[in-house]
Amino acid sequence: MSRPEDTLSADIHYDDTEARKYTTSSRIQNIQASMTHRALELLDLPGPSLILDVGCGSGLSGEILSSIPPEEGGPHAWIGMDVSASMLDIALQRDVEGDLMLADIGQGVPFRAGTFDAAVSISAIQWLCNAESSEDSPTARLSRFFGGLYASLKRGGRAVCQFYPKNDDQKKMITGAAVKAGFGAGLLEDDPETKNVKVYLVLTVGGGAIEGSGGDITGVVRGMEGVDVLDARRNQKSGKGEIKKGSKAWIMKKKDQMERKGKVVKATSKYTGRKRRTAW
Amino acid sequence: MKILSLNFLTCAVKACKSSSDSYPLHPKDAELVQDEIEVNAQLLVNLLPRLDWTALSTTATELGFPALPPQPPSAEDLQADDKTLRDLHNLLMETQIMEGKLVCGNCGHEYAVREGIANFLLPSHLV
Repeated sequence: MSRPEDTLSADIHYDDTEARKYTTSSRIQNIQASMTHRALELLDLPGPSLILDVGCGSGLSGEILSSIPPEEGGPHAWIGMDVSASMLDIALQRDVEGDLMLADIGQGVPFRAGTFDAAVSISAIQWLCNAESSEDSPTARLSRFFGGLYASLKRGGRAVCQFYPKNDDQKKMITGAAVKAGFGAGLLEDDPETKNVKVYLVLTVGGGAIEGSGGDITGVVRGMEGVDVLDARRNQKSGKGEIKKGSKAWIMKKKDQMERKGKVVKATSKYTGRKRRTAW
Repeated sequence: MKILSLNFLTCAVKACKSSSDSYPLHPKDAELVQDEIEVNAQLLVNLLPRLDWTALSTTATELGFPALPPQPPSAEDLQADDKTLRDLHNLLMETQIMEGKLVCGNCGHEYAVREGIANFLLPSHLV
């Protein structure tokens, strides 16, 4: 699949024709709607809130925020930021209810501290990984964005950013930038290991997690159906330092390493790394 | 651009982050439009503690609205008094700046507002 992020910047890629195509495609509309609903489910807002829509585009996701019925905690007020003027133009024609701003999220989030209850971003932040000019870098753009977002959310607020990472490196880069800005971060993957995988970066500010989960991001998805929690931090403990030098596990690890290097390694048998009698 | 958003926006220029003059932004040559929007009392009660009342009073005076009371209404006031609620709703939600400029009090940068959309794109040397 081609990635528009690789060729052009967002404001140039989404010109009038591209923006219209994007907004009128029923396939994109459906995907965007389902992702926005999923993001709202993760935000778990108790009542009508002020939400920042990062990369709001033509307002496909914002429309859903304004249309949540009162019994489900809506309707929410939202402020949308986007870098493409053509997209915003279509949003104007569609008469969306939120407030729109022409702004580059890579330049920061110009709101005062504690403005928003929550933030959503649907298919936008992967654009941050591409810097078009030599005086700008993806890392700087990411850190300005997450720094600004962190400040503009109220304590206990949450942000859910759905994005399309190009590879694992990009996933790591984005998550790392969010953690560096102070967020509690976790990745939720819907339909993992399929072509339709959807990656949601779930961010919490301060005490955003539910009581009893120890301020942990996993509290956000607690109680949700069909969610497996894979905690990468737990694995780190049983990392390097744990294996005792000379033990059977250590020998197996070394043999493995050598094999991967392409060296000739003796076959493993029942005698490999066996315990010897103490020397007399 | 709603007055509600204006109450939260600061100057985006990096050098202005530390200055107190960069908030609130001052509207200039603003053309206002009133839109009918349904009153959402719960939302206003939720937003009330986050509003900067001094900044809101400044903005309201600059836009030619009658002066606001010196103290913000409490949540109970809003729920009890329909008129206060309606006035606040009218100012925050229904009033929109369609054309004009927003000026930073510190660096003097002007953000253009066209068709209700504020342009916060900055040249790279200001980021």
